[in-house]
Amino acid sequence: MNAPLRALRSGRRALPAALAALLSPPVAAQRRAIILASTTSTEQTGLFGHILPIFTRQAGIVVRVVALGTGQALDVGRRGDADVVLVHDRAAEERFVAEGFGGPRRPVMYNDFVLVGPADDPAGIGGNADIAFALAQIAAARARFVSRGDRSGTHAAELRLWLAAGVDPARGRGTWYREVGQGMGPALNTAAAQNAYLIADRGSWIAFRNRQGMRVLVEGDRRLLNQYGVMLVSPQRHPHVRAADGQRFVDWITSAEGQGAIAGFRIGGEQLFFPNATEPGA
Amino acid sequence: MSDFQDALSAAFALVAGQDPALAEIVGLSLRVSLMALALAALVGLPLGALLAVARFPGRHLIIVGMNALMGLPPVVAGLVIYLLLSRAGPFGHFGLLFTPSAMVIAQAVLIAPILAALTREVLEGMWEEYREQLHSFGVSSWRAVPTLLRDGRLALVTVLLAGFGRASAEVGAVMVVGGNIEGFTRVMTTAIALETSKGDLPLALGLGMVLMAIVLAVNGAAHLLRERVARMSG
Repeated sequence: MNAPLRALRSGRRALPAALAALLSPPVAAQRRAIILASTTSTEQTGLFGHILPIFTRQAGIVVRVVALGTGQALDVGRRGDADVVLVHDRAAEERFVAEGFGGPRRPVMYNDFVLVGPADDPAGIGGNADIAFALAQIAAARARFVSRGDRSGTHAAELRLWLAAGVDPARGRGTWYREVGQGMGPALNTAAAQNAYLIADRGSWIAFRNRQGMRVLVEGDRRLLNQYGVMLVSPQRHPHVRAADGQRFVDWITSAEGQGAIAGFRIGGEQLFFPNATEPGA
Repeated sequence: MSDFQDALSAAFALVAGQDPALAEIVGLSLRVSLMALALAALVGLPLGALLAVARFPGRHLIIVGMNALMGLPPVVAGLVIYLLLSRAGPFGHFGLLFTPSAMVIAQAVLIAPILAALTREVLEGMWEEYREQLHSFGVSSWRAVPTLLRDGRLALVTVLLAGFGRASAEVGAVMVVGGNIEGFTRVMTTAIALETSKGDLPLALGLGMVLMAIVLAVNGAAHLLRERVARMSG
């Protein structure tokens, strides 16, 4: 018998068995878990790595964090793809609640934004206490400025600050104003490579490693406050939301215990986030 | 150069330290990519073989479309699968978004066209040789497909490796549909992207070196397997 015909007879059992073995179901047993849509600033600083194991030990609920920009994280909540949202853009959060996608919004913690720039500070703004004035100086000097440009909480804060400075940065597009459309880390990497200024949340800045001589030039203006809020995604809108477990997380992170865990998170002795769940109007 | 030295020592520290988190990430990378490869092979190999032997109207259209799909940007594939698997999407009730299964689906979608297109290339040549013989025995083109797949298996190993390479190197799609969740959907490539964005470039590059070593090992193993099979049947 010739080769092709012989192959035709035995070929039937060749592949399928090996492939079937590989297709066994992924990952171990089902655990109680919720999905938390949050921001890069909370995940990449290591805050969640510090506080979530404490919650999981107590509640027996694993928290799976998807780290995105605030705008994207809220969209994930709107589509029902997360159980809880923890972000930092109060106006956008209140819109989310008003639209009926979740809530009520609870304040969790704050830190602040900083204006970071190259060591030689070409716009001469270092040590300025007025963030709006500093931004106006950057625009006047047409010094390079990197914007997140990604609807994140930091991007929203930056746009509010430009408004306060009376500058429309969009007019600097293509020359000195550069929107990278990416997370805090890539924006910091870009600014470091281009000797540009940018607004960063302090947590990401402290945790960032590739500074290339960049330093904090403006800080402490009260308009640089960075407030975080938490919301359960509405189980009325999305019936599959793990409401009980999600609510348990919301209650925990705003409780004395969760707040203590947040205050206990430090990098090099420096506290990154300041709990304020009980502060009225935060 | 010090960047690369730092990366090299980071890579050694990662491997030597036997970091359980790293082992988990490597394990998930392999599991996801191999399952995606299996899934894509189930569709891609028979489809490629069919296109090699069968002649029907619209065949060229399918071939052109398939070749074009080889260039499908992963992030576009990721986005489409995200929208399909989202709770608000048509397959939302399966709850697959942000799970390893979603990552398997995304990678399978990306590499199936590659497997099909390359399989067709490989088998079309063989088909030229076999056609007369098989037809003279009264075997139809359709029934020749398993024969071709079996006799072409050595060349198909290379095809599978190309698919595996693309799957394991892919970041855009698995980032979108997996969410890069620590301890659950974080794989080598999304971990590298994460460390890059944290500005820890040596660690990112170190992870990259570990990934390359794994891909190299898989290719080496496949090469040995091929040699062995070739000797046995030769």
